Amino acid sequence: MLPIPDFKGFDFFPHGTRLPFMRYKGLCFWLSIAMMALSLLLFFTRGLNYGVDFKGGSMIEVQSKTGPADIPAMRAKLGGLGLGDVQIQQFGSPGEVLIRVEQQAGGEAQQQVALKKVIEALGPDFTQRRVEVVGPTVSSELRQTGTIAVLASILAIVAYVWFRFEWQFALGAVLALTHDVLLAVGLFALLQWEFDISIVAALLTILGYSVNDTVVVSDRIRENLRKYKKMALDELLNVSINETLSRTILTGVTTLAVLVALFVFGGSVLRNFTVAMLFGVIVGTYSSIFIAAPLLGYLGIKRDWSGAADKRPATTAKA
Amino acid sequence: MLHFGRLKIIAIVATCLAGFLFALPNFFTKEQVAAWPRWLPAKQMPLGLDLRGGAHLLLSMDTADVRKKWLESLREDARKRLRDAKLGFAGLGIAGETVQIRLAKPEDAEAAMKELRQMIVPVGNAILGTSGNDIDVTRGADGLITVSLTEPGMQQRITNAIGTAIETVRRRVDSLGTAEATVVRQGRDRVLIQFPGLQDTKDLKERVGQTAVLNFHEVHPSISPEDAKATRIPPGFRIYPSGEREQSGISYLLRETPIVRGDQLADAQGSFDSRTSEPIINFRFNQSGARAFGKFTSENVGRPFAIVLDEKVISAPNIREAILGGSGQISGSFTVETANNLAVNLRSGALPAKLTIVEERTVGPSLGADSVQAGRLAAIVGSIATIVMTIAAYGTFGVFAVLALIANGLLVVAIMSLMGSTLTLPGIAGLVLTIGMAVDANVLIYERIREELRAGKTAVTAIEAGFSRAIVTIADSQLTTLAAAIIMFWLGSGPIRGFAVTLTIGIFTSVFTAVTVTRMLVALWLRNARAKTRAIDVPI
Repeated sequence: MLPIPDFKGFDFFPHGTRLPFMRYKGLCFWLSIAMMALSLLLFFTRGLNYGVDFKGGSMIEVQSKTGPADIPAMRAKLGGLGLGDVQIQQFGSPGEVLIRVEQQAGGEAQQQVALKKVIEALGPDFTQRRVEVVGPTVSSELRQTGTIAVLASILAIVAYVWFRFEWQFALGAVLALTHDVLLAVGLFALLQWEFDISIVAALLTILGYSVNDTVVVSDRIRENLRKYKKMALDELLNVSINETLSRTILTGVTTLAVLVALFVFGGSVLRNFTVAMLFGVIVGTYSSIFIAAPLLGYLGIKRDWSGAADKRPATTAKA
Repeated sequence: MLHFGRLKIIAIVATCLAGFLFALPNFFTKEQVAAWPRWLPAKQMPLGLDLRGGAHLLLSMDTADVRKKWLESLREDARKRLRDAKLGFAGLGIAGETVQIRLAKPEDAEAAMKELRQMIVPVGNAILGTSGNDIDVTRGADGLITVSLTEPGMQQRITNAIGTAIETVRRRVDSLGTAEATVVRQGRDRVLIQFPGLQDTKDLKERVGQTAVLNFHEVHPSISPEDAKATRIPPGFRIYPSGEREQSGISYLLRETPIVRGDQLADAQGSFDSRTSEPIINFRFNQSGARAFGKFTSENVGRPFAIVLDEKVISAPNIREAILGGSGQISGSFTVETANNLAVNLRSGALPAKLTIVEERTVGPSLGADSVQAGRLAAIVGSIATIVMTIAAYGTFGVFAVLALIANGLLVVAIMSLMGSTLTLPGIAGLVLTIGMAVDANVLIYERIREELRAGKTAVTAIEAGFSRAIVTIADSQLTTLAAAIIMFWLGSGPIRGFAVTLTIGIFTSVFTAVTVTRMLVALWLRNARAKTRAIDVPI
């Protein structure tokens, strides 16, 4: 039939492991709460370094036609235009420079005036690689839709989990998701990386990935609840996590490999997005194991699932 | 579960083959594709502005300006109607968002109301089935007649104004010499221009940022604007600032109703003055404009008139002799570009209201090309990493999974090409990520099979169980990701939307490929293995 020889894959992971995840649940719980609090603290004290999408203003990426750009000279030239805060930084190769001009007072038209001044001041020695100007109305709209999108995604996902499982699972999922988003936001606040609309897209993808993990573990927990009716809950949760561990790790590693490829080769524009995703995949995996699952142990859960098999939608089995 | 009829196999293989065929054009250049035989699909994914370079401008219409202009025209209309009906009024003017009229004689009220009510135009919404009037005419107890705007009336005005603005902007943009630019409405009062390949947006912004209402006004013969400001502005007159000498504060006292309006222009061309070789604009009036202008100039020889562009005086020449031919020229410290841009704008008509740029995103062609290259490299490296890891982990079955992954990638590209959805840089990231995450479905299935085998099940039962158990989990996880992707699509503008689209398509195709294609390959393998031996050793 197919001209492929039979050969076995290398079974990377030891099976039948009984890593005592649940033993660390208390520690992890407090650790996670501390991290979330720290993220919130960073968010409120340091704040996020918003990009033009959310803050308004201009961002101009230029390339010098005459070799490396003389940044101090540019700073002097553009700083004297009276446009308020002008940030200039080298970006990529020595000839590439990123200029950020803060939002100008006086409405939409003033942003364009500022852009014109900067381009005129730069003169003919630079080519513009990228220009982004976002006025006050659009930036406040983007802030609003960004926030709504993240919250709405969490709600939609939680509603689905609630529908498919029990409310305890949904509560676990919402905590895990909030944890992931908060920590990612905290990371961006800590390192003052630029936070723009692409980071919101990354957050949404992280939500998708993280809940995916949570669902896989939850599915196994539900299955084991039917299988081991007498097992202590904590042990059952532990068994479930261990049984899905090989899958968790393999999928995580593949996704990380792809993200690393994007990070290394994907160019400067995607870099922040990729970093957010990398962080999110790790945190998302952690939260499924150490937040969503242990929470079930705390909340307690229905043990008799004998009748539940009929409740499964039959349609999902046909794809 | 593992039985695949001949027909089903043919259908699955045909789907994958179709995916391959429709994805194919994207791996070649446009020129290569053009040389292909006609029967091969040739549709490529259009590249987004972030990949091919170009400008994205979002303009917002000044709705206050729409309201103001409407009120002004209502005021003129009311004045004309009352005059024609010989109904005297003591006061008639705009007050806030209404036009207020005080009649000279209270007994005219009934007749005046009847006259003014004729200005009412019904507005209907065919979809909602609602109907109403665009304005309300009411009379207060003190006899004051108020003409007020209604919300549906305002909505309709804005909709009409946006429609006109889009037509006008399109004409102006087209005159920059490309057929590829798109001009579309966005939201209630916005216009989006997407202009591939354009890097220097200066000209474009100058063209679309100008309302280009050109009017010719009478200058007040005796009173200077300074005196008028100090004492009282004569009725029917208004002070206009000067265009290019704004700093020096020169202004003019002009009659508000113009002699000739810009919409009475028949033609306008950028040109040069034959004596000074200064850039100028040659214009020609249509018949009615020529008649009005001829009449005015012959009656006012030796006096100045003012040429007003967007409420600013660009020049105020003296009338040396009557201009009867209906053509003339405007000078006023233009550069060649500004003269040409203004001529284009005059020809393409005025905008119904001021448009302000609220968002601009421009990507230069060099950055676009860099991004394409980077995206391609990342996609190749990411795919290779995924393929190697999958085969290493799952052997022959891993090869099946990889075949399914490739089918998945091709199907996503094929569907995007067929839908004509734009490929953006985040879209490439979405594609790569889809491939990485699509493995998850296979991992779930294979890990399950291994588990069942370890539990001592036979090859056939283990494989059956692996697929049927894992499918529920796969469906759950894909549906939740889908929820996030749909919300992202709703949130997104431009590039982000591209990411959401790829992700959404990827979710559907990956369920098909991971579950159906892999299952078919495994089933075929199983059939083959069973024919050879009884003790099947699953290569996983």
